[in-house]
Amino acid sequence: MVPTEAYIILSMVLFAMGAMGVLLRRNAIVVFMSVELMLNSANIALVAFSRHWNQADGHLFTFFVITVAAAEVAVGLALIVAIFRTKQSINIDELHLMEG
Amino acid sequence: MDVSGLSLVTVVLFLPLVGFGILLFMNESTQRQAIKWTAFGFTIATLLGAVLLWSQFDPSNPGLQFVQRNDWLPTFGVSYYVGIDGISLILVLLTVFIMPLSVLASHVSHIFEERGREKLYYMFMLMLEWSMIGVFVIQDLIVFYVFWEVTLVPMYFLIGIWGGENRVYAALKFFLYTMAGSILMLLAILYVGSQAGTFALPEITAAVQSGDLVFPFGGLLSPQSFLFLGFFIAFAIKVPVWPLHSWLPDAHVQAPTAGSVILAGVLLKMGTYGFVRFCLPMFPEASVGWAPVVATLGVIGIIYGAWVSYAQTDFKKLVAYSSVSHLGFVVVGIFALNAQGLQGATIQMVNHGISTGGLFLMVGMLYERRHTKALDAFGGIWKALPLFGAISLVITLSSMGLPGLNGFVGEFVILLGTLGSSTLGFGFALFATLGVILAAVYLLYMFQKIYLGELDKEENKNLPPLAWQEIAVLVPVLVLIFWIGVQPAVWFNMLDASTSTVVAAVNPFLQQVAHIVPAVAMLP
Amino acid sequence: MQSLALIAPLIILLPSLGTIINFFWGPKLNERFSSLIGITASASTFVVWLVLFSYLNGNYYQPAIVDLPILDGWIRIPSVGLEIPWQQRIDTLSVTMMGFVTFVGTLIHIYASGYMHGDPRYARFFAYLNMFLAFMLILVSGNNLLMLFVGWEGVGLCSYLLVGFWFDKKHGVGLKNSNAARKAFVANRIGDFGMLMAIFLAFWTFGTLDLYKPTEVTNPHMMEALASGGGHGEEGAAPANGAAEEGGHGEEAPAGEEGAGDHTGSAAQLVSLASDLPIDQEGDHGEAAAEDHGESASEGHAGPVIAYTDNTHLTFSQLGIFAQAERLAQLGEGETLERGDGTTAGRMINFGAFELDIDTVITLITLFMLLGATGKSAQIPLFVWLPDAMAGPTPVSALIHAATMVTAGVYMMVRANSLFHLAEFSSLVVTIIGVLTALSAGYVAMGQFDIKKVLAYSTVSQLGFMVAAVGVGAYGAAMFHMITHAFFKALLFLGSGSVIHGVEHGHHHAHEHKHDDHGHDEHHAETFDPQDMRNMGGLRRKMPITYATYLIGTLALAGLYPFAGFWSKDEILADSWVAAIQDGKFAGFVALGLFVAAALTAFYMWRQIEMVFHGSPRTEAAEQASESVWSMTVPLVILAVLSLLGGFLNIPSGIGLFSFGLQGVFGEHTLSTWLEYSVVHLHVGAFQPLIAIVSLVLAVAAIILANRIYGSNKAINSEGLDPLEANPASRPIFALSNARLYWDEIYGRLFITPFNRTAAFLANVVDMAFLHDYFHDSVITKGFNGIGRLLSHPIDLGIIDGAVNGIGRLTRWISGGLRRTQAGYVRVYAVALLIGVVAVIVFMLLPVLQG
Repeated sequence: MVPTEAYIILSMVLFAMGAMGVLLRRNAIVVFMSVELMLNSANIALVAFSRHWNQADGHLFTFFVITVAAAEVAVGLALIVAIFRTKQSINIDELHLMEG
Repeated sequence: MDVSGLSLVTVVLFLPLVGFGILLFMNESTQRQAIKWTAFGFTIATLLGAVLLWSQFDPSNPGLQFVQRNDWLPTFGVSYYVGIDGISLILVLLTVFIMPLSVLASHVSHIFEERGREKLYYMFMLMLEWSMIGVFVIQDLIVFYVFWEVTLVPMYFLIGIWGGENRVYAALKFFLYTMAGSILMLLAILYVGSQAGTFALPEITAAVQSGDLVFPFGGLLSPQSFLFLGFFIAFAIKVPVWPLHSWLPDAHVQAPTAGSVILAGVLLKMGTYGFVRFCLPMFPEASVGWAPVVATLGVIGIIYGAWVSYAQTDFKKLVAYSSVSHLGFVVVGIFALNAQGLQGATIQMVNHGISTGGLFLMVGMLYERRHTKALDAFGGIWKALPLFGAISLVITLSSMGLPGLNGFVGEFVILLGTLGSSTLGFGFALFATLGVILAAVYLLYMFQKIYLGELDKEENKNLPPLAWQEIAVLVPVLVLIFWIGVQPAVWFNMLDASTSTVVAAVNPFLQQVAHIVPAVAMLP
Repeated sequence: MQSLALIAPLIILLPSLGTIINFFWGPKLNERFSSLIGITASASTFVVWLVLFSYLNGNYYQPAIVDLPILDGWIRIPSVGLEIPWQQRIDTLSVTMMGFVTFVGTLIHIYASGYMHGDPRYARFFAYLNMFLAFMLILVSGNNLLMLFVGWEGVGLCSYLLVGFWFDKKHGVGLKNSNAARKAFVANRIGDFGMLMAIFLAFWTFGTLDLYKPTEVTNPHMMEALASGGGHGEEGAAPANGAAEEGGHGEEAPAGEEGAGDHTGSAAQLVSLASDLPIDQEGDHGEAAAEDHGESASEGHAGPVIAYTDNTHLTFSQLGIFAQAERLAQLGEGETLERGDGTTAGRMINFGAFELDIDTVITLITLFMLLGATGKSAQIPLFVWLPDAMAGPTPVSALIHAATMVTAGVYMMVRANSLFHLAEFSSLVVTIIGVLTALSAGYVAMGQFDIKKVLAYSTVSQLGFMVAAVGVGAYGAAMFHMITHAFFKALLFLGSGSVIHGVEHGHHHAHEHKHDDHGHDEHHAETFDPQDMRNMGGLRRKMPITYATYLIGTLALAGLYPFAGFWSKDEILADSWVAAIQDGKFAGFVALGLFVAAALTAFYMWRQIEMVFHGSPRTEAAEQASESVWSMTVPLVILAVLSLLGGFLNIPSGIGLFSFGLQGVFGEHTLSTWLEYSVVHLHVGAFQPLIAIVSLVLAVAAIILANRIYGSNKAINSEGLDPLEANPASRPIFALSNARLYWDEIYGRLFITPFNRTAAFLANVVDMAFLHDYFHDSVITKGFNGIGRLLSHPIDLGIIDGAVNGIGRLTRWISGGLRRTQAGYVRVYAVALLIGVVAVIVFMLLPVLQG
């Protein structure tokens, strides 16, 4: 069988890629996609451990995460659309009106 | 604590305040005459009340009479405590005598045409009367202090609103100077009260006499001496004792006539009253120890006041300095610490109020006619106003201490007491009696400059004669001048019991103090 | 008859009534009525005096003490036993004073009614004159030192009012008068200071100020005489030798002209006195009631039966001050006696703060009294007011400054003879002052040109005589001279007034036709002085009555036999000579000085006669002078008669033929005997014929000398100079005399100018510049403001406000720093998030990692 560690390593790599994406990409949608990636990496880890311990908790929780991610994407994309309508750009570096 | 019923003293005390209240609601523009006569009416009512008090007073009783005591702040021992004895009574009588005269004299004053606010003026007069009577009858230290300070307020306004050109300066100086001294007195009061547990004077005095309450006395700079000085300085500023007198010339010169009359007639006596009522009974050893020093200041005041008077060119200033001189006698008399000295001093307080009050009325009438206070502006007035000249002569002679008139009685008994005093002695009597000569010098000089000589100045030739109000004001002064001069027995009678008490309070300590304070024992 | 003495208060009340009436209603009364009131008041005092005089005569000269009615005591402090009543003492001494005061006073009132005619304040003048009389009578009749002092200052007040009566005269004259009045009052006040100190000392020494207490015997010697030989009813039965003075009931009134003190024993009702001296009723009990003295109760009209002839039966506190002093002075060291009220008295008098021996105390008291007397009786050093006081109207000068007020000092010292007798040192000082004054004033008088100034200095000089007499113990002589001096000096002053009036009228006359609408003499008065003797001359013929009376007065003053002045002055000279021989110390100087002064007196008075009356008139005014109105000349005549006869009041014994049998009419030592009942230490000296002759010779020689110099119209030479002035040899003497020995200038430099300068210095520099301006305004106000500013700027604004503001700034700074964390960039937030999460996880894993 495939060892659980492989799934964890995959989850880690995906999470890191997602984190890098969040930190380094300028496009808001790409940042969102990176966030999705991070969430999904967490999903993989959950499923893997659920299989490892032979419990259903992980699977259940994964469904929650997917749902939340979907809702969040809906709201987030709506926000991005609203921002684009105002600023004609979704470059996150240009969004700093709330600075101190 | 005791709670007693309403005493006649309270009624007399608060009558002027009632008048104050009534005047408050009167309308100045429509009820001008009513205001003037209401104010006068209340002063007369107070006078009648005090005379009633007098008629029911028992001179042989040395203690307080007509006592009323109601608690005010029981936890601190502060109560509304009034009562009179001979000394208080005679000063209250002086106050209620002077006030109607001042009010009536103000009726014919022209100052209101310039400054207005006549109603306020009479209200302040009544407030002043209330607070002055309070000073003389209150037996509780804290309440006394309150009344003491309250007298400053109406006087400040009287000088400051209706006074001369430099009135604001004079009023402020008067107020601050007196208050500065009073603060020291407050400190002393608080200390005494905390030590004694109560602020009621008779209780404190009794405790001091019986030895229950001891303020340590070890010389001229010991605790009791500091307490004594606290009171002393406050009173000394009021009297005024040399060298704390420089507020007096300004205050008198700038004050309106009635203001000067009240200031000289009554307010200055509050200081000497304070010596007799507070300093001597509460701090007998310190009084004995400090007596020579105080009496020296008194003698300096007598001579200095008279000498400086002579050099004045403004007649109000001249009379102001004469007050310093006359009250120097009173101070010396008090600190002779014997019956003659004390009784003479008390009588002289009254006499000074009458004669100097009379002098200020006199110069006020001159000022009303000529609007100048310079001696050089007059001359020959006796010819222009014969009746006024004669009356002025009598008042001047009274101030000079001519035998047969009131001033002599007081001065004589004071000087008599000074010679035989255990704390003073020959030197003091000698120098104080010299004041008699100096008094003649400056008073006759003033009289001559104003009334004698040729009537050569045009402005002096057609002066308006005395109005009936002015005559009505001067006649009682003359009556008292002769009455006290020829038959002072009734007044001495009033004082005998209470002054004996004060002397007896101090006597036991005379010998002891001589050991502690060598100066007392070393007197010639 | 005791009740007679009770009218004594009237002697004060009646003139007071006159004063009040004239003062208040005077302006509405016409002149006649005003003067009538004044004269009546004055005359009524004389009537009262007559009653009192006969009372004493009928009561064997025993005194009475009378309380004033209505008034209940004066000063009273029961708790210390201070009791000073309004009480009068009626005894021979006070009645003597009252006598000549009231009589001369009345004459002067009459004179003044004419003299002051036309004055706008006529009634006021009489009010003041009456007031003066009232006060003078209070002075002499008071039974305690304080009442004496009331009169003392009162007469000083009246002197002030009367000298300054014309205070409104033009051209500065009014001011001059006022200044003179003020000078008089102040100089007197300095003396009053002395009296007050004496009074204070007396009170603390004796516990009372009463001169005599009831039942006290004044002169034990006389009482014994009365007891042993009293009741001689015969006139003139008194033994011829001068020494025996008992029952000396001379018929001549001491100061009056109505002779009869008729009190023959049979007619006399024996009375019990106000002083409670037990005297038996009507001689029939006389024999039976004789107690401790043999009694000559002869023929049923016995003399007084006297229980006590001295004061040994009285306790100490029942004695007046003089008796107490005598008792105390007799104590030895450490001896004490009971006062009778529980306390004891010894030689050392305790004043409370100090103690003195009784001798020292009595010396101090008498010296202070002397100071008082030098003020009132114008002695050195306080006499300078008297000459200036001549500015007042002449009746004032006559009454106050010649006859009455100035004698008050001498009276007071005679009254206190017990004290002066005990204080030898003081008596010495008194004598020296008296002699010096007599000499220096006499010297100054001869160089004066103002007619009244001569008389003024003469008065000072004569007072010096009296004072010197008191000093050597010749109290009787002093009183005698006081009385005679009152007569002739008043006469001289009134005469001078008459002269001045005459000359003024003459001046007015002379210029009348030239300036008829000018009217006022005053315009000329500044240039023409009617009192300057150089403007007179030859008035003998123009004013004969004035001349005759003035001449009599002069001769009396000069001391020529048989005029009054001879007898009195001679007595003083004789007594001082005797004292000189007996005592030896300074006495020679005294006697000699008085002789010289007497000679000077005769000289300057005769000079005045020559200058004023003899020769020929030197001015128009003198030429046109006329005699004065009757109201002025009649008093002059009366006084002249008295100046002639007055000396017979006290004819000395042993004079033999020289009295021309007058002692048969007037008795011997009438006055002295009379006075002896009240003056304990009065010693009647014997007649000294040598002294009398020497003094007469001196006086006559002086008059002849004056006549040589000033007679035959040489009084003023052609340049208007006095002959002594013109003569270079005598000019310095004259100039110094004319300059009045520079007394006023010296006083000015020594006292007055420094006094004024010190007053100005104290007032302007010490009080205003230093205390008021510098100390209070600069030191206190600026100091206070400085502290205020210090507190407000650096401390309040700087530190306190700074601290509070500083907190704000700190907060801002921190927040400024913190604000920078809010970058606004999502990426930054994300990084922060990440780091935070990592940190949290590490923190949570820490225990696992370690463990």
